[in-house]
Amino acid sequence: MTRIVSLVCAVVLLGATAFYALTTPEAYTALRGDHAHQPTRARDLENGQTLFHAGGCASCHAATDDESRTHLSGGKPLVTPFGTFYPPNISPDPDDGLGGWTEAQFIRAMREGTAPDGRPYYPAFPYTSYRGMTADDAADIFAYLKTLPALKGRAAEHQLAFPFSLRRGVALWKLAFLSNTVIAKDPKQSEAWNRGHRLVEGVGHCGECHTPRTIAASLDRSRAFAGAPALEGKGFAPNLTPHETGLQSWSSDEIASLLKDGFTPDADSVGGSMADVVRNTSTLTDADRLAMATYLKSLPPIPSVKPKSVTP
Amino acid sequence: MLRISLSTLAIVSVASLAIAASPIADRQALMKANGGATKALVGMMKGETAFNLDAVKKALTTYQQNADSFIALFPEGSDKGEKTSASPKIWSDMAGFKAANDKFKADATAALAAITDEASFKATVPGVLKNCGACHEAYRLKD
Repeated sequence: MTRIVSLVCAVVLLGATAFYALTTPEAYTALRGDHAHQPTRARDLENGQTLFHAGGCASCHAATDDESRTHLSGGKPLVTPFGTFYPPNISPDPDDGLGGWTEAQFIRAMREGTAPDGRPYYPAFPYTSYRGMTADDAADIFAYLKTLPALKGRAAEHQLAFPFSLRRGVALWKLAFLSNTVIAKDPKQSEAWNRGHRLVEGVGHCGECHTPRTIAASLDRSRAFAGAPALEGKGFAPNLTPHETGLQSWSSDEIASLLKDGFTPDADSVGGSMADVVRNTSTLTDADRLAMATYLKSLPPIPSVKPKSVTP
Repeated sequence: MLRISLSTLAIVSVASLAIAASPIADRQALMKANGGATKALVGMMKGETAFNLDAVKKALTTYQQNADSFIALFPEGSDKGEKTSASPKIWSDMAGFKAANDKFKADATAALAAITDEASFKATVPGVLKNCGACHEAYRLKD
């Protein structure tokens, strides 16, 4: 009997030790490799500003009463099936924002989803897509953020249901599902396609809403961009692939036009959270919007699957 | 007798179902008309079609008239239906929804008075069209 008890104790202890070891930030770096964390050139503020908009940073982090969308003291709560997330202050305030961060810490946050104190971020912060950007791009965003007003104010703690409230568990999820490779250039494709690839798959994080998720809440890459039930409530993020249930009948210009003014070819105006996305993409150049469209039109066509409970 | 009242009941239920379901169809038809008006305006904004003052006035008048009948098409209980992407927020924040509709109508009315040529059209219409996205963001579920 004593032997069984000690055996159980040993197994539990071993399991706890393994969990602890695997969920340390060092484990992620060791197992997934510490790629592309070193910037290779001088900062480019203009690129930082473009990517700030392409990445939709303001959509979550700008104060709700801020028309300029550059007061990044934290935005409205994000209500999801896992619980409620409160977007933090990312203004350059040294106490409440990221004024005290090093550039390396910011790059690690964006590309590995690890906070300066080593804790994993919940993937409500879409580092799962941002990881595709280069260290130079991330460093440029950091440089741009530093030019914005420093503001006081801390977000409330996230209110999550068990087991999602166990933040350390996110580190295991990252080990299982988070690739940390930079999006590579495809020399066989055009410049525009490559630019669109980086914008759509990386910083633009379109797939976070438009790609369905597996039961483990990771993106189902086999159905990339085929549309998915809205995470924050009712509704469906449409199929962006060139399938008849997606954007098959849309020209690249029509897709680019939607990203500029929010109107579909039928002059319907996009609703829900896409309206806010358009607020970001409307600030990009025509060339960037067309690049995103070019990439989307090149995707393999996949039919949408709408669950019965979803409002069409 | 029982049979008659049962069938009456059935007819009444079917009829009331039909009445209850009609606001969804009606408001969708109205939105389609707004979409047609918007298509005309956007086409001229982009320079895809030539500027035509009469067409502009017709589109803005459509907006104006539709705004008048719009709110009545969202009675209590019409939040559920097979094919509605109306957000529940319409009913939880009816005052805000009405205010958004009023602003839309006011902007369309002001634009009707302000637009006399292509230059005033290009200066005024984008402000009217901003209402579309603003209202859809708050009160329509994505689709």
